[in-house]
Amino acid sequence: MTTLLEVENLSRSFGGLVAVKDVSFSLRAGRITALIGPNGAGKTTCFNLVAGALKPTSGRVLFEGRQIDNSPPETVCRMGIARTFQIVRPMREMSVLENAMIGAFSWTRNVSEARSKAYESLESVGLAAKAHARTDQLTLPDRKMLETAKALSTRPKLLLLDEVMAGLRPTEAAGIVGVLQKLAEGGLTILLVEHVMRIVMEVASRVVVLHHGAKIAEGPPGEVVADPKVLESYLGAGFHV
Amino acid sequence: MQKKFDRGVERTRWLAGITVFAVLGLVGLLANPYVISLMTIVLLFTFLGQSWNLMLGIGGQLSIGHALFVGLGAYSVGVLYVRYGISPWVGLLTGMILAGSVGASIAWLSFRFEVRGIYFALLTIAAAEFARIMFSGWEFVGAMQGLFFPAPSGGIEISMLRGDARFYYFVALALAALGIIGTEFISRSYLGYVWRAMRDDESAARALGVRTFQHKILVISLSAAMAAAGGGVLALVQGSIFPDSIMGMGLSVDVLIGPVVGGLGTTFGPLVGSLAAIPLNHLMSALGDSLRIPGLNNITYGVVLISVVWFLPDGIWPAIVRLCKAIQAPPTAWLWHSRKVEE
Amino acid sequence: MLSLWLNVLASGILLGLVYGLVALGLTIIFGVMRVVNFAHGEMVVFGVYIGYWTVRLWNVPIIVAAAIAAVVMFAFGYLLEALIVKRFVNRPHHYQFIVFIGLSLLFSGTLLVAFGPDPRPTASQLSFQTVSLGLVTLDLARVQAAATAGLLIALLGAYLKFSPFGRSLRAAADNRLGGLIVGLNIPRIYAVTFGIGAACAGVAGALISPLFDAQPYLAVDFTLLAFVTVIVGGLGSFGGALLGGLVIGVAEAIAALMFTPSMKTALPYALLIIILVFRPRGFFGAKEI
Repeated sequence: MTTLLEVENLSRSFGGLVAVKDVSFSLRAGRITALIGPNGAGKTTCFNLVAGALKPTSGRVLFEGRQIDNSPPETVCRMGIARTFQIVRPMREMSVLENAMIGAFSWTRNVSEARSKAYESLESVGLAAKAHARTDQLTLPDRKMLETAKALSTRPKLLLLDEVMAGLRPTEAAGIVGVLQKLAEGGLTILLVEHVMRIVMEVASRVVVLHHGAKIAEGPPGEVVADPKVLESYLGAGFHV
Repeated sequence: MQKKFDRGVERTRWLAGITVFAVLGLVGLLANPYVISLMTIVLLFTFLGQSWNLMLGIGGQLSIGHALFVGLGAYSVGVLYVRYGISPWVGLLTGMILAGSVGASIAWLSFRFEVRGIYFALLTIAAAEFARIMFSGWEFVGAMQGLFFPAPSGGIEISMLRGDARFYYFVALALAALGIIGTEFISRSYLGYVWRAMRDDESAARALGVRTFQHKILVISLSAAMAAAGGGVLALVQGSIFPDSIMGMGLSVDVLIGPVVGGLGTTFGPLVGSLAAIPLNHLMSALGDSLRIPGLNNITYGVVLISVVWFLPDGIWPAIVRLCKAIQAPPTAWLWHSRKVEE
Repeated sequence: MLSLWLNVLASGILLGLVYGLVALGLTIIFGVMRVVNFAHGEMVVFGVYIGYWTVRLWNVPIIVAAAIAAVVMFAFGYLLEALIVKRFVNRPHHYQFIVFIGLSLLFSGTLLVAFGPDPRPTASQLSFQTVSLGLVTLDLARVQAAATAGLLIALLGAYLKFSPFGRSLRAAADNRLGGLIVGLNIPRIYAVTFGIGAACAGVAGALISPLFDAQPYLAVDFTLLAFVTVIVGGLGSFGGALLGGLVIGVAEAIAALMFTPSMKTALPYALLIIILVFRPRGFFGAKEI
């Protein structure tokens, strides 16, 4: 099994505050891995470090063996890593389809090719019927899926999803879980940031747990939830497993 | 089904566009000299407005110093023609290259440090003012006394881009048509999509692989080159170049009035806006002169600008389109495009 | 030679204080509301006319004219914000810019209608009197203007720093949402801020009315000068506006001595471009735009 992404001793501090502390993990191709932890555990910082939106204070990120931690986000994207934003950010004045087309222009300049790729991305997240809607007509789960579709249009090898299920009802979340599983079956590697453990249990084959910026556990979900350190950090922060 | 629908829309749009330009062509053939000279200015400012519109309405970058690029175009044509007798065609090309490079340099300098938004806008105005003052003191380009083109000999000389008022009307018409078709073309190409994405949310666009640094430089230099071409023709039409009027703050404002009043980011906005605003301004100027009220046109422009942003923030053209849609008059409605290409 | 340089430097510093006051008005508005007042120069010119007419009609000292300008322009700014500007505070920059362009055209048109395009030579006797301090001889008008401007800057600084309202104003500048949550009266703060900004411009205008001929077309120059000053110092910074004013005042004075008049007017822009290239946020500029 090949390793797609390697994170080595990654740290990042803001002023005096250490948000991510010496974190290492690796992602295997074709798997769904989840990065979990209570609020403020450093998940989003870690995520932004991988996506090139932040530069690490120390440590390295390797993608397919190449160091990427000093590359700007657009370069990281063009290498094959696509991301979503926790707060959904559709391009307001563009239609759903147009939003989904942008990513395709990272590998083609042909508008009709981009359009068919956008239809394909929307199809795979179940939004094809709303392709011509304005983005402000979409419901929250649809917007989250649009974020995913936008990212998929870049033809990523690795998809980074930042809390795509936060704020959704269980039935809505279940729909998204189905979409993610199908994408992984198609060979896409996914790194998921979540703080709701129940969803992660269902969909991830491997879990990395962060607490106060440091990695406290890693392994298959079944093992990780049994880990006393994980239980303590979650219960300590007032979360329910 | 979608394809068929698009093609129908497409045909109506072409038809409507051709009709508009056929009417404008007839105006050029039939109208009296006053209307011709007024409409020449309207069409030139349609084109200049289109260049500004490309930069802000599509590329998302605010310039309040577009007079800099207009002036560089005007002086390139003027200096080469008046001092060396070189054809204005060469001057136009020189001006476009010069303004494009200046635009690219300003963009590069400022975006290198992530200077954006209002700081970038203030930088454009500072560059324009600096250039205006330098040109005002530069004897070679005529300084404050201005640069004058020799009076036209009467005949039309295409190779020297010289001719009578009617000739320049058609030059301006060609330029406006070129501007509209060019904007439409760019708007539908991948550049249009990428630029609009960058306008709506720069960091989200970067995360989708858009190299925004390069694209911002590209859209600004393209807009600058267009403005220079318009400036070159404007200089020929006016027959003289003065730094204060061609590079001053007032011209930068004149450039943006068309697209703002007509509809930012739309293909036909600059034309509609210029058609509405410039004759109004001329009327008010004339009225102010005859009533001896010197500031009347300023007051009118001020009130128009504030009211448009207040009541019709999208501009007149989208409002007309909405009205047409509401009363079920599709042919004109389909003219409106550019913002939502897919609809 | 030394005395010439000292004179130039001193008069530059004196005018720089007045520029600082103008820039302060712009920077306070920007700092609190994130709005660039493109009609700032017109407000300065309003002040110039207030100075011109009060001195001419009632022959009052320039300090009294400045006080009148302060009151009138504060009310003007307050009303302008409450009636028009507040509708555009949360709109994108380019909309605000267009509204202010509109306001600036409206004001300059009104000035033209009211006073005509021709310059009015100063009405004050002050411009001919001088004071001597050792090697330095300065005209009284400049000294008075600078002293008043300096005093006002200090008072305003103290007011913003120590008074309860000044504190809530700075809190609103730091964090608008936070300010709303803790119950600051944001609409009133914004209107007062705009009033203070307009008053700074108006007072500065009245103070320089003995030095400049009153003329509507001065407005654009003052707007641009204020922009240059605040960018040199850093948009939104109190100290920056003052420093920017002094830098520009002195630079202009030196340039007037060494170069042609057109170079003198170009120098602030050249300075601005250089500063933007090397220190894009000015000396004390805010991080966020």
